[in-house]
Amino acid sequence: MVLFAGILIFAASDLPFRGDPDNLMHAEESITGTTVKGNYFIKNAYRDTRTPNMVTVVLGDYRSIDTFGEQVVIYTAGLITLLVLRKTRRRRT
Amino acid sequence: MRRQFHSPIVLLGARLLSPYIMVFGWYVIIHGHYSPGGGFQGGALLAASVLLIRVAGGRRVARLQIQEFATTPLAVIGVVIYFATGLVAMAMGGYFLDYSALPIPGMEPEWLRYTGILIIEVGIGLAVMAILVMIYDNMVRGEDYA
Repeated sequence: MVLFAGILIFAASDLPFRGDPDNLMHAEESITGTTVKGNYFIKNAYRDTRTPNMVTVVLGDYRSIDTFGEQVVIYTAGLITLLVLRKTRRRRT
Repeated sequence: MRRQFHSPIVLLGARLLSPYIMVFGWYVIIHGHYSPGGGFQGGALLAASVLLIRVAGGRRVARLQIQEFATTPLAVIGVVIYFATGLVAMAMGGYFLDYSALPIPGMEPEWLRYTGILIIEVGIGLAVMAILVMIYDNMVRGEDYA
């Protein structure tokens, strides 16, 4: 346990600072040469939707099909409880 | 929980607390454009306010609020609101879930996107609330018949 905590602390000491503009994840291009999509979201989120909360824009607009999938997953979970937990009267007799 | 609590203090406290939680849930859903929050969190808060009455009051009191057969249609309505928004946008010539093609007259595409996000957040909130209440109801009912 202590060893695991030591490993985690050692790994966390090498993390970059938050909000540093020179970080790899804030670069225009990633290591492999492809463009990073987060730049586009940060630059154009307010201009596209007039919504100040960027997380809502990404969840509701740019990644809306993913959010639809999440909702369907929750809906399926509810239906499964309806099928599994609700016992019919036929089983009692 | 078929048997009812005989403590009026618990029921009174739940009745006092439940409307404020519900109002805060709607606030979290609708104000999600400007502050942290959204459909899932607000739906969980709405479900908390409904379940508080159900836990404190038992089945007889809970029948006055949201009945057990009404949770499944509410969940379906929540999913259908989201899906119909995408389908209407697709039928009007845009992509699926492209809110700038929604047929609301007199609005710029940016404000149409704003409205579209609001509509789907309300749909998500309804679905999450109904499904959490439905899970609770099904668990309680399965316990009673066992």
